[in-house]
Amino acid sequence: MSATILSWSLLVALVLLGAAMVIAAVRMLRGPRAQDRIMAFDAFYVNAMLLLLVFGMRTGSTLYFEAALVIALLGFIATLALAKFLMRGEIIE
Amino acid sequence: MNHAADLPVWAALLASFLVLLGASLTLVGAIGLVRLKTFYDRLHAPSLGATWGAAGILLGSILFFSVLQSRPVLHEVLIAVFLTVTTPVTLMLLGRAALYRDRSENAVDLPPPLRTDGETRSGDSI
Amino acid sequence: MSRLLPYPLLAVSLLAMWLLLNGLSLGHLVLGSVIGVAASNVTAALQPPRSRIRRWHLIPKLVAIVLVDVWRSNVAVARLILFPGQHRRVSGFVIVPLELREPAALAILACILTCTPGTAWVEYDSTANKLLIHVFDLVDEAHWIDLITNRYERLLLEILA
Repeated sequence: MSATILSWSLLVALVLLGAAMVIAAVRMLRGPRAQDRIMAFDAFYVNAMLLLLVFGMRTGSTLYFEAALVIALLGFIATLALAKFLMRGEIIE
Repeated sequence: MNHAADLPVWAALLASFLVLLGASLTLVGAIGLVRLKTFYDRLHAPSLGATWGAAGILLGSILFFSVLQSRPVLHEVLIAVFLTVTTPVTLMLLGRAALYRDRSENAVDLPPPLRTDGETRSGDSI
Repeated sequence: MSRLLPYPLLAVSLLAMWLLLNGLSLGHLVLGSVIGVAASNVTAALQPPRSRIRRWHLIPKLVAIVLVDVWRSNVAVARLILFPGQHRRVSGFVIVPLELREPAALAILACILTCTPGTAWVEYDSTANKLLIHVFDLVDEAHWIDLITNRYERLLLEILA
């Protein structure tokens, strides 16, 4: 019973998050300006991280948590560097 | 999904509700990213997925693994703390960068600069 | 005490992070404490600005207010995104004069305002102590200024001095 409930709702959640990633990717490709693309990238990696967490629940393994943590760390640093680059054209001042 | 067979039904229902709530809020945020017209409007959309969107999924995950392993599994709290600290930094920096670029191009509908004495130094602002 | 533990809050949060990542056991408790104390001593060389928390008991109140506000604004913004035709939405910039000068308190205010989907922190000027925010559904400018100064800023002024 509970296995069926969970497997269906987690599947739906995976589809929703996948759709969110696709939509963020659309904004990333359409732009029009660099700040739009960077913001879309930020949303994209957050969605990817949430997708991994749901995937971890579906497989019952906590291993995906570590991957999600690493995505969150690297994605944050990447967007920070890109946004900083927009400000001045230099990453390190 | 065999590992979830011995989960009580209330926990399964609650975890499903939380995860679905989080996922749909994240999707709405992404839709806003495409639907809204100006950049400054779109600045509000990602925080939907990063606040209660992420919180729903993280709470669902905490509940699921805690009941499943019958001990508190709280390491998702780390991601929650990390997200609440980092999302504002990213969005603030992007907002400032967009304003800086728009001002240097003399775009229309921009707010007046906060400092009026002509010097625009931004190193000391947060 | 203060020479061994220059930043007790930092050391405790590092210990908590270590235990959350590795699981609770005596060995990890010792190792995490050593790392927390060592790392907070290393940070002392950077001399970050020190801030004192005066009223601990007001922190849960602030957290509760922020959680409820973030939830309400999540629902409001989600509704505006999904059904844009309901009423004519006007977004715009608002300049908020601040009383707060403490860097830590300003950082917390920035987190609150940006995490709330209806408002976004755009620019802050430390000499004029003015803040520029972008509001998603701007009905009344005075309402937003009043909300920020009376709901968040006053509590932050009381907690951090």
